[in-house]
Amino acid sequence: MRFAKTIGLALAAVLAAGGALAQDKSWKTIRIATEGAYAPYNFMGPDGKLQGFEVDLAAELCKRMDAKCEVIAQDWDGIIPALQAGKYDAIMAGMNITDKRREVIDFSRNYTRESNGLGAELAGPLGKLPDGDVRIDLSTETPESKAVIERLRTALKGKTIGVQVSTIHANFAERYLKGAAEIREYKTTEQHDLDLLAGRIDGIFASNASERATFEKPDFKGYGLVGPKFVGGVFGGGVGVGVRKGDPELRDKFTAAINAMLADGTLKTLALKWFKVDTTPQG
Amino acid sequence: MDPVFMGETFVTLLGGLPLTLKLAGSAVACGGLLALALAAMRLSGSLLLSAPAQAFVFVFRGTPLLVQIFLIYYGLGQFRPVLQEWGIWWFFRDAYWCALLALALNTAAYASEIVRGAVLSVPHGQVEAARACGMGPVTRFRRIVAPIALRQGLPAYSNEIVSMVKATSLASVITLMEVTFLAQKLISQTFRAIEIFVCAGAIYLLLNIVVTRLVVLLEYRLSPHLRAAPREPASAEAAHA
Repeated sequence: MRFAKTIGLALAAVLAAGGALAQDKSWKTIRIATEGAYAPYNFMGPDGKLQGFEVDLAAELCKRMDAKCEVIAQDWDGIIPALQAGKYDAIMAGMNITDKRREVIDFSRNYTRESNGLGAELAGPLGKLPDGDVRIDLSTETPESKAVIERLRTALKGKTIGVQVSTIHANFAERYLKGAAEIREYKTTEQHDLDLLAGRIDGIFASNASERATFEKPDFKGYGLVGPKFVGGVFGGGVGVGVRKGDPELRDKFTAAINAMLADGTLKTLALKWFKVDTTPQG
Repeated sequence: MDPVFMGETFVTLLGGLPLTLKLAGSAVACGGLLALALAAMRLSGSLLLSAPAQAFVFVFRGTPLLVQIFLIYYGLGQFRPVLQEWGIWWFFRDAYWCALLALALNTAAYASEIVRGAVLSVPHGQVEAARACGMGPVTRFRRIVAPIALRQGLPAYSNEIVSMVKATSLASVITLMEVTFLAQKLISQTFRAIEIFVCAGAIYLLLNIVVTRLVVLLEYRLSPHLRAAPREPASAEAAHA
C-alpha cells in the first residue's frame, strides 16, 4: 500500500512538472529552437551568439505577435523529438515543410522557398556538370526532368556526394542519386563543407542559399554551385515554423505574422540581407 | 512501445553490427600490440624509452576520445597538401582509418598501463626464486612473469575491451554507419527515440555479454590453482578406511 502511495505521489509530481512545462496558451512567451549550424539561416557568430536570417526573423515575428521570445540552439537530429517533449514551442531551423514531417508536427505557412543543388570545386571533377542553368520542379515528372536527372546521374558515376543526415537533401540523394554516386551523411552541413574542402567528397548537395553562404568564405575560393537546381517534390513546400500538433493557435499566430511581413515587404528585405537573393515564397 | 516496430528497428540496426565489430576488433588488436610495446618501454628502465611512452599515455588518457576523433578526422583534413606530399593522405582521407587510429591509440594508452601494472604485480619472491633456479631473463619471463601477469591483468583488460566496444559508437560522428549512426538516423526519420535507443543499447549489451563471458572463461582456464583440488575417487577413500 505504502509502495502504491509512493508511486502515486511520484506520478503526481511528474504530471505537475509536465504541466509546468506546458505553456499557458496565451503565448506571451515562446521558446524557439534553431540549429545554429546552418548559415545563413542560423549559425553561431564569433561571439558565440546565434545569428542569421531566422534569428532576425524570429525577433520580428515575435514583435508582431506581441510575445517575448527566446531562441535556443538544438542539434538537428533531435530537433523534432525535443519539440514533442516540450523543451520548446517552435522550430525555426531552415526546416522544409514535408509530408513526412507533417505526420508528426504542424507547420505555419512557409517563409522561404528556394532551390537546391550541388556545390563543388569549379576546377574539380564536378565543375563541368551539365544543365547549370536549369531549374526543375520535382512535383510533376516530365520527360525533361527525367532527362536532366539521367544526365546528372551519368555525370556523378563513381563520385562521392555529402548531404546532411535526414534532410530533404538526403531524401533527394536517396531517391534520385542512389546507385550512381556514393552518398555520405553528415550531422551538420558545416561538416560536409569541411570534408568538401579536404577533398574527401567531390560535392555537396544542399540548399543553394546555404551553399552560397559557404562559398563566400575565403577558404572556399574556386568553389561554386554546379549542375541543375531543384524545387518541389521531395523538397516539400518551402521552409516554415514547426510547432506541436496540439498548438494550432500558435501556428496561426506565426502564419498571420509571416503574412503581415510578406505584405509590407519586410520579409523580402530580410531575405535580401541574408541570402542576397529574394527567397520569399511566391504566391 | 511497439514490439513490431522494435523488431524492425533491431534488424535495421544489426546492419551496422559488422562495422562495429570490425572497428572494435581491429582497435583492440592493434591497440593491444602497441600497448605491449609501450609497456615494455615504460619498464625498460631507460629514461630515453620510458619518457616518450609516459608522454603518450598522458596525452591519450587525458583527452576525450571524441576530441581525438575530431582532431584526427577534421583537424588533419585541413593539412591535406602536406599529407599528400608525404603520401599518407589515402589513410586520412578514409573515415574508417581515422576512427580506427583514434580508437587504437586510445586503447593502447589505457592497456599499456594495465600491462605495466600486471607485470609489476608479479611477486618479487617468485622472480627471485626463478633466478635462484638459474633461469635466464627470457625463460623467466616466459615461465614465471608472463603467466602470472596475464592472470593479474585480465580482469582490468576485460574492462578495456568492453569500453572499446562502446567507444566505437563515437565513430558515428565522422559518417561511419555503425550501430549508433543508424540509430540516430532512424530517430530523425521516425522521431521515436526511446524504442530505437533501447534497441541500440541492447545490441551493445549483448556484444559485451559475449566479451565478458569469453574473458571469464579464459580467466577460469588460467587459474586452476585457485580452485579446490578435485575430490579423490570414492573407492580410494573406502580403501583407506
